[in-house]
Amino acid sequence: MRANVAPVTPAAMPNPLHEASEPEFARERHQAWRKFRRHYLAMVGAVALIIIAISAIFAPLFTHFDPNAIDANWSGTPLAPGQFDHWLGTDNLGRDLWARMLFGGRISLTVAIFAVLIEVILGTIVGAIAGYYGGWIDWLMMRLTDTFLSIPLLPLLLVLTGIVAASSTKAALNFTSIVLIIGLLSWMPVARLVRGAFLSLREKEFCEAARAIGGNDNRIIMRHLLPNAVAPIVVQATLDVANVIILESALSFLGFGIQPPTASWGNMLSDAQENVSIAWWAAVYPGLCIFATVLAINYMGDGLRDALDPNVR
Amino acid sequence: MLIYTIRRLIQAIPLMVFISVILFTILHNMPGGPLAPYMQNPHITQADIERLKHNFGLDRPVWVQYLSWLGAYVRGDWGWSTMNSTPVTEAIRERLPATLELMGVSLVVSLIIGLAFGILAAVRPYSMWDYFVTTFAFFGMSMPTFWFAILLQIAFAVSGVHFRIPFSDYRIDFNLPSAGRFDTDGGGLIDGIRHLILPVTVLSLIQIATWSRFTRASMQEVLHTDYMRTAAAKGLGYWKIIFKHGLKNALMPVVTVLALALPGVVGGALITETIFAWPGLGRLFYTALTQQDFSLLMGYLVLISVLVVLFNLIADLAYGWLDPRVKYD
Repeated sequence: MRANVAPVTPAAMPNPLHEASEPEFARERHQAWRKFRRHYLAMVGAVALIIIAISAIFAPLFTHFDPNAIDANWSGTPLAPGQFDHWLGTDNLGRDLWARMLFGGRISLTVAIFAVLIEVILGTIVGAIAGYYGGWIDWLMMRLTDTFLSIPLLPLLLVLTGIVAASSTKAALNFTSIVLIIGLLSWMPVARLVRGAFLSLREKEFCEAARAIGGNDNRIIMRHLLPNAVAPIVVQATLDVANVIILESALSFLGFGIQPPTASWGNMLSDAQENVSIAWWAAVYPGLCIFATVLAINYMGDGLRDALDPNVR
Repeated sequence: MLIYTIRRLIQAIPLMVFISVILFTILHNMPGGPLAPYMQNPHITQADIERLKHNFGLDRPVWVQYLSWLGAYVRGDWGWSTMNSTPVTEAIRERLPATLELMGVSLVVSLIIGLAFGILAAVRPYSMWDYFVTTFAFFGMSMPTFWFAILLQIAFAVSGVHFRIPFSDYRIDFNLPSAGRFDTDGGGLIDGIRHLILPVTVLSLIQIATWSRFTRASMQEVLHTDYMRTAAAKGLGYWKIIFKHGLKNALMPVVTVLALALPGVVGGALITETIFAWPGLGRLFYTALTQQDFSLLMGYLVLISVLVVLFNLIADLAYGWLDPRVKYD
C-alpha cells in the first residue's frame, strides 16, 4: 500500500499535520507538568535527585580531600569513625569516606546515565524496526529479544565483565567497558515497549496521512511515530536508571565492576563489608546513597508515569 | 489448545538452541577458554596444554565443538567441573537442595505477606494502610539486596540484640547466625531455621514489594467489575465477595507471574547466597566464575535459560486454562 503513493518532496509543501499539532503538544506538556507537580513524592524525589546530582558533579567543591589518596597529615587510625576533619571517618586504607562517597556518586550516576542512553537508543532502533515493518523482520527481532530476555541478566553480566577482566588486566574493567556491557544487555524491555507502541500507532489515521503525502519510512518513523512513543520510553528510561545503579553497584560489590582505587558506591560497600565487625558505619553510608538515589528515581518515575501515561489521564 | 501447546513447544526449540549458541560463543571467548584453570598451573607446560586441547577436542572447529557439546548436553552429560573435580550434573545436584530450600521458603513467605498486603490495600484504597503498603513496596524495590543483607548482619550477627527487660533481672540476648546453612556441629531443625531467617528476610523484602503491588493492581481492577456488583446486589457478605468472587479472578494474573518466578527458585540468589555463604547454586555459579570453570558456567546458564523459556510457555498456557475468555489460535 505504501509503495503505490506517488512521492511528493516533503520540503516542497508545509506539513499540515505537524503545524496543527504544535499547540496541542504544548498544552499536553503543560498538563503533564501540572500533574507531575501534584505528585508530592515525585517532586520530593526529583529535588533529592537534583541535590545528589549537584553534589556529585561539583564534588571537589564539597571536600578538600583526594578520594583516592591517603591523608598524610592524619594522625588517627584507618577505619576511624567520623571526627572533626574526616567527618564520616576514613576507610580501611585511611582515605576520607565523605570524599569517596561524593566521587563514587559521580561514577555511579554517569555509568547509569550512559548505559541507559545506549539501552534506549538500541532498544528504540530494534523496537521501531520490528514494529514498523512487521512480518519476518518483526519475528526475527522479537526472537532476538526473547533470547536475551531468557538469559539471566546478572550472571551474564558477571561472565562478560569477567572476560574483560581476565583478557588483560583487571584495570581493563573501566568505566567504558562497564557502560557498554550493561547498555548492550538491557535494551530488551525498551524494544518491546517501542514495538508495541509502533504496532498500534502505524495503523492510526495520521500515519496513513503521512504516507499519503509521500513521507518515506524514515521520515514517518522519526517525525510521526517516534514523538508519539516518547512518553513511555521516558518513563522506562527513568526507572532503568535506578535499575542500572543497582546493577552497577552489585557488579562492583562482587568485584566485577568499577575497580579500585576508583570509588563507586558498590566497591566502597565491599571494602567496608570486610571490616564490618569493627567499623560498621563505613558500610552504612555508601549503601544509604544507593538506596536514597534509587528510591528518589523510582518515585520520580512513578510521577512521570502518572503525568505522561494517557491511560491514567 | 493441544495444537497450540505443541506449536509453542516446537517454536521454543530454536529459541533454546539460539540461547545456547550465544552462551557458547561468549564463554568460548573467555581467555583460555575451557582450559583456563589449567593455564594458571605453573607445572603445566605448553606441550601439556596442546595435549589437553587435543584430548578435549578443542583443536576442532568451533561449530563442531558446539555440536558435540549440544549432543552431550541433551543426553545429560554436562561436562566435567574442574573446580569440584566431579561431573557438572553432580555438582549442581549437590547444591540444588540448599537453593530450593532458601528460595522456596522465601517465595512462600513473600507470597503470603505480599498477597495479604495487596488485597488489604486494594480493598481500602487511599487509606493509611494503602499508603503503608505502597511505601513499603517502593522502599523494598529500591533496596539494594547486598546492603540490606549487610545491615541485617550488623544488627543481628555482629552486635546482636541485647536489652534488659525493665524492672527485672531478665536480659534478652538475641543473635542470629550470618553464614552457612547449618552449624558445623550438625544442628537440627531449629538450627536450620535460625540460619534461614536472615537470608529469607533479605530475599522476601523485594518479592513482597513486587507481589503486593501486583496483587493490589489486579484486585483493584476486579473490584470495579460488573460481577462484583452483582454479587454485592445479591446480598452476599462483604468478605465472601472479596474472597470467592474477587480474589479468584484477581489471582489469575498472579499465577502466571508466579510461573515466571519459578526458574529463579532453581537458579538461586547470587548476591544473597554469596553474602550469607549459603551453599546453593547462586554461590556455586559465583565461585565457578572466579575459578573459570567453563563446563559448570555453561551448564548452569543453559539450565536456567531453558527453564525461563519453558516457564514462560507454562505461564501463557496457565493463563488460558484459568481464564476461559482467553482464546488461542
